[in-house]
Amino acid sequence: MTPRVACAAEQFFGNFKLSDRPLMLLSVKDVQKTYSSAGGSVRALAGVSLELAAGDFVAVQGPSGSGKTTLLLVVGGLLAPDGGEVAIAGENPYKLASDARAQFRATSIGFVFQQFHLVPYLSVLDNVLAASIPTHLVDARQRASELLAHFGLEHRLHHVPGQLSVGERQRTALARALLNRPKLILADEPTGNLDRDNAEAVLGYLTEFANEGGAVLLVTHDDQAAGRAKTTIRMADGRVVE
Amino acid sequence: MNVWRLVVQEIAHRKLNFLLGLLSVAVAVGCLVGAMTLVRGNEFRTGEILAAKQAEVEQAVAEKEKEVAAAGAHLQDVMRKITKGLGFNILILPQDQDLNELHVEGTVSKAMPEKYVTDLAESRIVTINHLLPIVSKKLRWDEYDRTILLTGTRGEVPQAHRDPKKPLLDHVPPGTMVVGFQLHSQLGLKPGDKVTLMGREFEITETYPERGTADDSTVWVNLAEAQEMLGMQNLVNAILALECNCATVDRIAEIREDLAAILQGTQVIERGPPALARAEARNRAALTAQTSLMLEQKAGKEALEREAAGRELVEKQTEDFAAVLVPVVMIACGVWIGFLALMNVRQRTTEIGVLRAIGLKSTQILLIFLGKAILIGLVGALIGYAAGYFVGVSWSDFATTSAKTAQLFDPRLMLLALVIAPLLSGLASWLPAMSAARQDPAVILQGE
Ligand SMILES: Nc1ncnc2c1ncn2[C@@H]1O[C@H](COP(=O)(O)OP(=O)(O)O)[C@@H](O)[C@H]1O
Ligand SMILES: [Mg+2]
Repeated sequence: MTPRVACAAEQFFGNFKLSDRPLMLLSVKDVQKTYSSAGGSVRALAGVSLELAAGDFVAVQGPSGSGKTTLLLVVGGLLAPDGGEVAIAGENPYKLASDARAQFRATSIGFVFQQFHLVPYLSVLDNVLAASIPTHLVDARQRASELLAHFGLEHRLHHVPGQLSVGERQRTALARALLNRPKLILADEPTGNLDRDNAEAVLGYLTEFANEGGAVLLVTHDDQAAGRAKTTIRMADGRVVE
Repeated sequence: MNVWRLVVQEIAHRKLNFLLGLLSVAVAVGCLVGAMTLVRGNEFRTGEILAAKQAEVEQAVAEKEKEVAAAGAHLQDVMRKITKGLGFNILILPQDQDLNELHVEGTVSKAMPEKYVTDLAESRIVTINHLLPIVSKKLRWDEYDRTILLTGTRGEVPQAHRDPKKPLLDHVPPGTMVVGFQLHSQLGLKPGDKVTLMGREFEITETYPERGTADDSTVWVNLAEAQEMLGMQNLVNAILALECNCATVDRIAEIREDLAAILQGTQVIERGPPALARAEARNRAALTAQTSLMLEQKAGKEALEREAAGRELVEKQTEDFAAVLVPVVMIACGVWIGFLALMNVRQRTTEIGVLRAIGLKSTQILLIFLGKAILIGLVGALIGYAAGYFVGVSWSDFATTSAKTAQLFDPRLMLLALVIAPLLSGLASWLPAMSAARQDPAVILQGE
């Protein structure tokens, strides 16, 4: 199914006004992360810095094992770095207690994963609405329906993920990521399991989101995906190489 | 949207996991409720059986009592007749009366005040009754050339504290005479004849049949007249009496003791051993009746105790069985529920990771799993209660009618099941739920 693109996309994504000075939505300074296990330690991030302002669509490209997913988890407030600074909209999530950080994630960040990670027993609509559990979003149902309609899923609201195509699943995941009107989308290989058309559609929505004043950090090893970003950063062995 | 919707949707989606959990709780609760219902049924049944037995025993005792009373009444009647036939068997004599005279001559020559009999009648003595004062003298009946025993009697003196009894001997009015067998048969006397004794005229009112004692040679006249004839005004030779039929060991000793306190200067002798023997027999019969009644009561009590002990054993066996079975089943079911919860957590690892990533708190993850466990507990408790009640009722020998079946329904037990089952299920699922809540979403999401 080819998703249709709405005419007034800003009403779905736009919750920022672009100010004169660009707002730093994400600031990463020299973050380091080493995994230690019985089999030895792996230096996944060896001092990475980057900045995203509203409207930025940055692709982090690098081979498998270069530390892309680790970077995304660190940025997403899910994995505390060993060193360096992370600030999302000026706030360091690792200074918050666990529950407050969870709440912070819910309101500020939207995640999209390669494996979609939809809840298998919830309908499409409920999967999107699940994002409103921590935020108690007042117009959740309305907004979920609108987002799903925008992504061409209005006929799929009551189907479970198992009954959807992979493209539909990823668009459901995208709707979930956008429900709480976050400022930042973190996408880990979102097109990794999609065919070209569906990948194009998803990348189109991400571009749309960035154009509306959001910031997108896309990690991928895929050239096609990286090509849709405004900026591309290359990583190897836990470092930005280009 | 809230976590309860997640719980319900997950249950609807993974029915088998939920149904297995339900089954487990239902088995545990069913076991508990079945056992308790059986125990309760046993208690009720025991109550029933013992009440029936009690009634049976009481009826048997009552029947025995009736039997004993009837036998007693019959015996008393017989004894009364015998005693009446025997006549007076207690002789109260002046202290100085030589008993050799009485036994050898058949006469008494010493006298005591007639007032004694009144004193005795007014006392509260119970060991003797039917008091009869007499004067008696062996003399020559010149008119007929015979030696006779003249006895003057005024009839029985009523005792103050007793109901009047039918007199053993009828009053002899003045001017009349009663004649013993030897005399009237030898002299050809009959009622209505007029005779003269010591110059006085008497009309014969009665002639006794043969008694084979001194009575056969005795003439009875009125006491006052006899006293005049013998020059013994206000004196008597003896007071006759009848001993009571009291069940005492040494009756005569007791009578002597009683009399000594009331009348000084008298002595007492007892005549006619047959009276004693029969009285004793009667007492023995009464005692036998009493004993048989007691035996019946004792047997009843023992039967009741045996029945109670038997029921106690039955109850104890059920309770012992339940005391082993219920905890074992509870623990087994708890382990099984914990295992199911662990499987469920394992299966839902990525779900947990993504829910945490989109902002659910670890306590909300805990709630998702504990909520499910509690739901399983509540629904399982209802099913288990119904099943346990059904099994308990069909096994119990108490629930023979629908009313009794309803009696076995215990709302407190139902409440207990509704509290215990979610608690058990929640506790069993606690560790898996905690492990779910503690999972690090980064590790889960990295693992893809
Ligand atoms: N939990 C972990 N424990 C140990 N090593 C890990 C762990 N997660 C990732 N790594 C290692 O860290 C390096 C970076 O991994 P990752 O960030 O997943 O790279 P990418 O996403 O670019 O493939 C790899 O060598 C990987 O094997
Ligand atoms: Mg990766």
